[in-house]
Amino acid sequence: MINLFGKRLPTFSHGIHPGDFKDLTRHLPIERMPFTDELVLPLSQHLGAPSRARVKVGDKVQRGQLIAEPGGFVSIGLHAPVTGTVTAIEPRHHPGGKMVEAIIIKTDPFSPQTFYNEHSMEWESLSARELISLIQHGGFVGLGGAAFPTHVKLSVPEGKHAQFLIVNGVECEPYLTADHRVMLENYEDLFLGIRILQHILKVKQVYIGVENNKEDAIEVLRKNVPGDMACEVIALETKYPQGAEKMLIEAVLHREVPSGRLPIDVEVVVNNSGTITGIGQMFRFGQPLIERVVTVTGPGINRPANLLVPIGTRLSDVLDYCGGLKDNTRQLLFGGPMMGTPQSHLDVPIMKGTSGILCLTENEVVVREEYPCIRCLRCVDVCPVSLNPSRLGSLAKSRDYEQMLDFHVMDCVECGSCSYVCPSNIPLVQRFRVAKGLLREQQARNKAS
Amino acid sequence: MEKKIELLLSSSPFLKQQEDTPAVMRQVIYSLLPAALAALWYFGISALMVMLTAVSFALLTEGVYNRLNHKKQTLHDGSALLTGLLLAMTLPPGIPLWMAALGSFVAIALGKLIFGGLGSNIFNPALVGRAFLQASFPVSLTTWVAAGSLRNFGDWRGPAFTIPFIQEKVDVLTTATPLSMMKFEGHLTPLNQLFLGHSAGSLGETSALLLLLGGLYMVIRNYINWRIPVAIFAAVMVFAGGLHLLNPEKFAPFYFHLFSGGLMLGALFMATDPVSSPITHKGCWIFGIGIGFLVVLIRTFGGLPEGVMYAILLMNSVSPLLNRVTQPRIYGAVDDRHKAKSKP
Repeated sequence: MINLFGKRLPTFSHGIHPGDFKDLTRHLPIERMPFTDELVLPLSQHLGAPSRARVKVGDKVQRGQLIAEPGGFVSIGLHAPVTGTVTAIEPRHHPGGKMVEAIIIKTDPFSPQTFYNEHSMEWESLSARELISLIQHGGFVGLGGAAFPTHVKLSVPEGKHAQFLIVNGVECEPYLTADHRVMLENYEDLFLGIRILQHILKVKQVYIGVENNKEDAIEVLRKNVPGDMACEVIALETKYPQGAEKMLIEAVLHREVPSGRLPIDVEVVVNNSGTITGIGQMFRFGQPLIERVVTVTGPGINRPANLLVPIGTRLSDVLDYCGGLKDNTRQLLFGGPMMGTPQSHLDVPIMKGTSGILCLTENEVVVREEYPCIRCLRCVDVCPVSLNPSRLGSLAKSRDYEQMLDFHVMDCVECGSCSYVCPSNIPLVQRFRVAKGLLREQQARNKAS
Repeated sequence: MEKKIELLLSSSPFLKQQEDTPAVMRQVIYSLLPAALAALWYFGISALMVMLTAVSFALLTEGVYNRLNHKKQTLHDGSALLTGLLLAMTLPPGIPLWMAALGSFVAIALGKLIFGGLGSNIFNPALVGRAFLQASFPVSLTTWVAAGSLRNFGDWRGPAFTIPFIQEKVDVLTTATPLSMMKFEGHLTPLNQLFLGHSAGSLGETSALLLLLGGLYMVIRNYINWRIPVAIFAAVMVFAGGLHLLNPEKFAPFYFHLFSGGLMLGALFMATDPVSSPITHKGCWIFGIGIGFLVVLIRTFGGLPEGVMYAILLMNSVSPLLNRVTQPRIYGAVDDRHKAKSKP
C-alpha cells in the first residue's frame, strides 16, 4: 500500500474491520459478582486431558483449595472458587455442547470466603521448572478463549529457545472488553506476571501488543512499564483477527510461523494479557485461577458489565445479576461474535476460557439465504493466511476433503473473516471446521493402523 | 428465568457484512444505468426496445428453465437481468428484435444454465450470446446507424419487427462506426466525440465518460477488481501506443483504441464479471493484460474492426489455468520455492 497519510500503525496483512461494538462496556470498571448458591466445575475446562477429581461428595472445601489435579502433562489443576460442600460429581451441561463430568459445590452462605492459603509467593529463587509446575497446578489456561494450558506454552522444548515474549492485549473480538479493563486496572499484576515469565523463558525483549481502539490502556501501560524491564507497548491498527497468535507475531515482529509449526520455532512465546495478570496475582496473593473477568454485553442484556466472576458460576445467575435478558434475545454466546460458541442451556457454567457472554437479539440474528459463489474475491482479500476460501468452499461442498489438504485447509485459523464478507452467505469457515475435524480424525486413524 | 426464550443455535461467526449477492448485482445494474440512458438519448425507441427484449427474454429463459427442472427460482438474484442488459448494450440499435431475444436465450441457456447456473459458467454469458449472434447474423450485427438525440427519440433506427429467419435485412440509412472508419478508411474520429459518445455503434459503445463513471463507482464500492480494467487500459496503451510510434500514419493512437468501440464497456462491465475472471490478483493482472493485448491485435491485424468480445472470451477460457498457476503464497508456507520468512 502506498502510504499517503503519515505513519501507519503496524498490523498483519489482510483481515477485516467488522466494527468493534465495545462502547457498551468499554468504560465500565470491573465489578465483583457475588457468590451464588451452587457452582459447577467441569473437569475439562481446557484443551488436553481432563483434570482428576481429588475430592468426594460430602467433602468440605475452602476457597482456593485444589479439588482436581492435572490428568497429564497437557492438563491443569482445578480449585474451589468458593468455600462450601461438594454435593455431587456428575455429568453436567458443558458450554461446548456435551455433557461433561463436573464437580458441584454448594456455597456455604456463612463462610467469610477467605483464601485457603493466602500469602505472597517467592519466585525469584525458583527454577523455571518449578515455576512452570506452580503455574500448571495453579490451573492456568489461555484466558483469551482457546483455554490452552499456559504451562505447556512456557515449557520450551530442548534445543529451542525463546527470544521474545509477546503479551496479547489485542482483544480483537468485537464487543469484548475484559482484557481491556484488566490492563487498565490491574497493570501492576500484569508487569509482575511478565517478570515471572521473563524469568522462566529468559527472553531478552517483551512486547505488549494492544490495538489502538484501547488508547487509554496503551497510555497507562506505557506510563507504568518498570524502568528496568525490556518491554515495549506496541499500538496496533485495529483489525480482526489480530489476536490470533500467528497474526500478532506477524504484526509485531514481521515473522511468520512456518506452516504446521509453533511460535517457538520463530523464537516467540505469546500469552494473553489476562492470563499473565492472573499469574502475577497468584504470586502476589497465592490465589490460583478461581475467578476471571467476563464481559457481559450485547443488545440483549439489560445491564452490560465487566464482571469478575467465580469460575463455575451458572450462566443464568450471571444474566440475572445483569438485569436479565430482553424479550427479543435470540442467541447467547460464550466468547465474541466472530469465534464464540452459542449456548442452549442457561445452567452451563462460566469457564476459565469464557471471555465474554454476548446476548444477541433478533435484530442481529438473521438467517440469510445462501447464493452460489460468484468468485467475487472478497474472501481471498481478507483471509489472513492467504488461503483461497472460495475454492476450499466448493471443495468442502462436494466433500472433496483430500483435495482441501492441497489447498492448505489445515493452515486455516478459523477466524471466520471469509464467512463475514461473503455476499453469497456461504458458511465457509463452518465447512472448513467440519473438514478439518474429519481430516484430523482420518490422520489419527492412519497413524494408528 | 420465567420467560421463555427461543435460542438459536448456529456456528460462528455471528457478525455478517450486510450486502448480499443480489444487492451487488443491483448495484452493478445501477452503475450501468447512466450509459444505458445515454443509449436511449442517442438511439431512442430502438435502443429501448432492444433492452426490453433482451432483458425480458433473459428472465424468461431462466424462469422457465427453473420451473421445468423444479429448481429453486433464482430470478431474484438479479444476474439474469444483468446479463440481458449487458447483452443489449453490445447490440446495434437497429437490430431486429427477434435476434435480441434469441441472443438472450443463448446467453442464459448456453452461457450460464448448462454450466450449472450462476457461479459455474466459464464464459461471460452476455458475450456468449453476442458471439452467437455475430456468427449467425453478421450483417445485422454490423449494421450501424448514426447517433441521434432526444429530438428524434421516436424514430426507429432499423427493422425492429421483422419475421424471424425469413427477412433479415431491410434497407436503412446506415453509417460506419469509428472503428470501421479507422480500419477501412483510415479516418480518425475526434476524441471528444468518442468520449461523449456521439458516434455510431452498439448501445453501450457510445459514452466512454458515463461508462467510466459507472466503473469508478463500482471500484470504490469494491464490486469489481480494479486491477482488470487498469491492466486492460495499460496493455492497450502500451501496445497501441507502441504501434502508433512506429508508424503514426497506419496505426491509430492509443486514446482512439481506449475510447472507441466496446473497450470501455468490455473492460469495466464484461471482463470484470467475477465468475469468469480469475480469483487471484496476479491472475487478474495477467487476464487484463491479455485482453488488452488481444484487443489491439484483433483490431489492428485481424479481419474485424472490433475485437473486445473475442479477447474477453479467449481470456475467460484461460481463467481456470491462471487461477491454478497464480495461487498466492500462504502465510508460513514452507515448500522449496517459497521459504517462510523466519528472520525479520
